[in-house]
Amino acid sequence: MKTILTEKELGITIQRLSHQLLENHLRFDNLVIIGIQPRGIFFSDRIVQQINQQINPEKIKYGKLDITFYRDDIRLGLHTLNQTDIPFNIENKTVILVDDVLYTGRTVRAAMDALLAFGRPAKVELCILIDRRFSREVPIQADYAGRSIDTIITQKVKVLWKERDGTEEVVLL
Amino acid sequence: MQLSTKHLLGIRDLLASDIQTILDTATQFKEVLQRPIKKVPTLRDVTIVNLFYENSTRTRISFELAEKRLSADTVNFTASGSSISKGESLLDTVNNILSMKVDMVVMRHGASGAPHFLAKHIPAAIINAGDGINEHPTQALLDAFSIREKLGTLEGKKVVIVGDIMHSRVALSNIYLLKKMGAEVMVAGPPTLIPIHITEAFGIPVEYNLRKALEWCDVANVLRIQLERQNQVLFSSLREYSLAYGINRKLLDSLSREIVIMHPGPINRGVELDSDAADSKQSIILQQVENGVAIRMAVLYLLAGKASNL
Repeated sequence: MKTILTEKELGITIQRLSHQLLENHLRFDNLVIIGIQPRGIFFSDRIVQQINQQINPEKIKYGKLDITFYRDDIRLGLHTLNQTDIPFNIENKTVILVDDVLYTGRTVRAAMDALLAFGRPAKVELCILIDRRFSREVPIQADYAGRSIDTIITQKVKVLWKERDGTEEVVLL
Repeated sequence: MQLSTKHLLGIRDLLASDIQTILDTATQFKEVLQRPIKKVPTLRDVTIVNLFYENSTRTRISFELAEKRLSADTVNFTASGSSISKGESLLDTVNNILSMKVDMVVMRHGASGAPHFLAKHIPAAIINAGDGINEHPTQALLDAFSIREKLGTLEGKKVVIVGDIMHSRVALSNIYLLKKMGAEVMVAGPPTLIPIHITEAFGIPVEYNLRKALEWCDVANVLRIQLERQNQVLFSSLREYSLAYGINRKLLDSLSREIVIMHPGPINRGVELDSDAADSKQSIILQQVENGVAIRMAVLYLLAGKASNL
């Protein structure tokens, strides 16, 4: 096991990503943040917390998306369903999709598919905590990445969160 | 996230955890039905045949909508206008349909046990949409879902099933389900419409006085008098039945607390339920219909996963 980000580094990385989002979308007027269930939510919660400190929290539209119904591997077995909660229209909005690890890209592909059921966004951007480079199976890249790492298929990246795992760090197994 | 069974033949074969899984999955599908675009591509490569040997409005439309919302391909079959009138047997009909590569069969049949028979002989996943006087599992599931939505939980809730218990597959499925989920069940109706051994068989109380039954319960699930299944006279007239067992506003208002009214439909207005009770705020009859689509999507989704594991 190798630590990729310690708790302190993780905090700084999340802060940096939040600031990058603010830098590109200064007023957050036409913007929505959507976390991908289940594990992307912990990361998107932090991002939203950080942004809340900078601008009026009422301006931030934040939703959660479960992509199970849009997966391309239904035939390989069922996955546990999670709650989807997008209580606003995303028509003509800029959507920031947030997930913890970008690996094959299939989850993000499914998420983009799922998003269309809620309207036609003006633009979709992708914000990722850990980018596993060179392991993509579909042509998808992150616009914001916390840390890019090189891994092989047999390795696993685990992002641990306080609320869920008791400790906070990113490790390579 | 897996059911213990490959088919949905009846609530009787399900574990409490299966029921829980179906209800929880339906909650997520209900959210899908509130979206601007109410369709998901989940069952894109699954073909489903709806075999309806008996009349149906709600159940058939509900299954069809559920299948379409999941992007499955569907084929509809009704007994009238088919080769059944030329004397083809059930097994032959289904085998012929299956040789056209169908993954799942949704079937309603007038004979109890017809889906169980099919399940033994064909490889497709079978969903029972009502068989004779045996079971109607998806109705019981959507009833349970509606109660849970209205009252928060099923556990410890008191449900009375009123009316034609003898000929009702809805009653039997509901009794199995409510007992498995820890609710208290009672049946009420005229003695001629209640099977004599029901207390020994299920350990549930029988009440012949409607007012007493309603005073006891949180929820009253009112059933239709199934004249088409009664081949002998079991009560003297519909008017008499209505006087003794019909539910109306006046009766509901005279109870000590507000109860929830359910009905699986179609309602015989003025017989088992008056309009002033059926259309009131206490009634969740239309919510039941709405929830039916979500429940059927959940069942199809969970069983399609099973079918694909073969």
